Amino acid sequence: MDVKAIREQFPILNQEINGHPLVYLDSSATSQKPVSVIKAVEDYYKQDNSNVHRGVHTLGTRATDKYEGAREKVRNFINASSTKEVIFTRGTTTSINTVAYSYARANLKEGDEIVVTPMEHHSNIIPWQQAAKATGASLKYLPLRPDGTIDMEDVKDTITDNTKIVAVMHVSNVLGTINPIKEIAAVAHQHGAVMVVDGAQSVPHMQVDVQDLDCDFYAFSGHKMCGPTGIGVLYGKRELLENMEPVEFGGEMIDFVNLYDSTWKELPWKFEGGTPIIAGAIGLGAAIDFLTDIGMDNIHDHEEQLIAYAMDRMKTFDGLTVYGPEQRAALITFNLTDVHPHDTATVLDAEGIAVRAGHHCAQPLMKWLEVTATARASFYLYNTPEDVDRLVEGLNKTKEYFGDVF
Amino acid sequence: MSFDNLDTLYRQVIMDHYKNPRNRGSLADDALTIDMNNPTCGDRIQIHLQVNDGIVEDAKFEGEGCSISLSSASMMTQAIKGKKVDDALKMSKIFSDMMLGNEVEEDDIDLGDIEALQGVSKFPARIKCATLAWKAMEKGVGEEQ
Repeated sequence: MDVKAIREQFPILNQEINGHPLVYLDSSATSQKPVSVIKAVEDYYKQDNSNVHRGVHTLGTRATDKYEGAREKVRNFINASSTKEVIFTRGTTTSINTVAYSYARANLKEGDEIVVTPMEHHSNIIPWQQAAKATGASLKYLPLRPDGTIDMEDVKDTITDNTKIVAVMHVSNVLGTINPIKEIAAVAHQHGAVMVVDGAQSVPHMQVDVQDLDCDFYAFSGHKMCGPTGIGVLYGKRELLENMEPVEFGGEMIDFVNLYDSTWKELPWKFEGGTPIIAGAIGLGAAIDFLTDIGMDNIHDHEEQLIAYAMDRMKTFDGLTVYGPEQRAALITFNLTDVHPHDTATVLDAEGIAVRAGHHCAQPLMKWLEVTATARASFYLYNTPEDVDRLVEGLNKTKEYFGDVF
Repeated sequence: MSFDNLDTLYRQVIMDHYKNPRNRGSLADDALTIDMNNPTCGDRIQIHLQVNDGIVEDAKFEGEGCSISLSSASMMTQAIKGKKVDDALKMSKIFSDMMLGNEVEEDDIDLGDIEALQGVSKFPARIKCATLAWKAMEKGVGEEQ
């Protein structure tokens, strides 16, 4: 994989921040966008912009073809069996909320359980808290091992015949843990529960095959995988989606509208009320082309080498705590002794290095880690070992700076 | 290597308040207590105020946070202690103006250490850290009035 050539596809990386070349280590929050994605969105607005599915005129047909073409690209990318199983949403949050509003509220009752983990992003906790409150079901947490991984024995102990929904993230945005989704899904299915997966941090970085994982719902966002913001995907098994009610009602999603009653379009459109995110979907399609051309396996290999190097350098750094397991995705969450992560991030920014500081939308996990906040460096296909070196150098300066002022 | 830019943010006096916070702790049960979150990072600060006859008789703070949020809380409690509520609110207004980078009229109020936080206005991502304690104080006396 030619990282130099890849970096040239990302114009934003070629700039100075506070007098230093930018080192972007916040791709877990949002990835940067290659020119092909920016151009696909631009071309659509310049040449094809029109509403979809009303196409008597030529532009309408072009817009529809591109929008539905993007759906086919997503289907192929995650190996769904049909485009009927690929619903465009605003992002992972909306995707999970769709399941929580539609599936959960219709299928849960008092005494039922929803099983989640303490490492979940808020977007895979709060929708279930709300669904539990609305239905009388209860929320149950899988325990974590001290290194922030899930033990399959705990999975077998926690999921019972009362469990109706199991919601787990594929890759942790804080710990970098890669969860055994296929194995957990198998246990969920043994007990008749559905498996909901938050794939926001996995789809951008590894080959994901929803049929092989045998998950029932899989949610992810476009903007973390080189696509635009405001577009995401909800994959769902067809037989489940067929039996679910839409969450949003209005234009685009209807079949017949009478004065007092209406019927819905078939899948996937019944879940896409209103004019959809046409440019976003087309941009996501271009992002999938971009990633596929490079090869998800190549991207994964590159990131594995990068994280191994980063872990080596960070773990030997005096006065630095790294959170999470040894085996991990390409991100490192850490704290410098006696320096608040906010201050670390400010000093690093002064050096041109962008990292995230805060609770990473995972307050229950922060409690589990017994910290209020952490700093996080996350890597993607355009990052290099030199970026890791610059980070370590920046951390040395942070230590020096705060050492001086104290 | 130059840290000139950072030095406008992390002034010596800020670091002193961070390292040796003034008025850290809690007050009697009948004091006002205000909980405030920094939405950017989830840091939580608790301000305790003892207000009698329109005077802030005592002010303390608890919580965890970055150097800017904690030093600002320390300075804020120091500044408003013994002041009239109206003056405390006036100072809060001056402080937000300062954070917005506006010219601050010296007026008849002595800002003391607080002036050291002026540099924060050049770091937009950190303004919320600095204003957290002041916002909590405003909320507290607002409830009281």
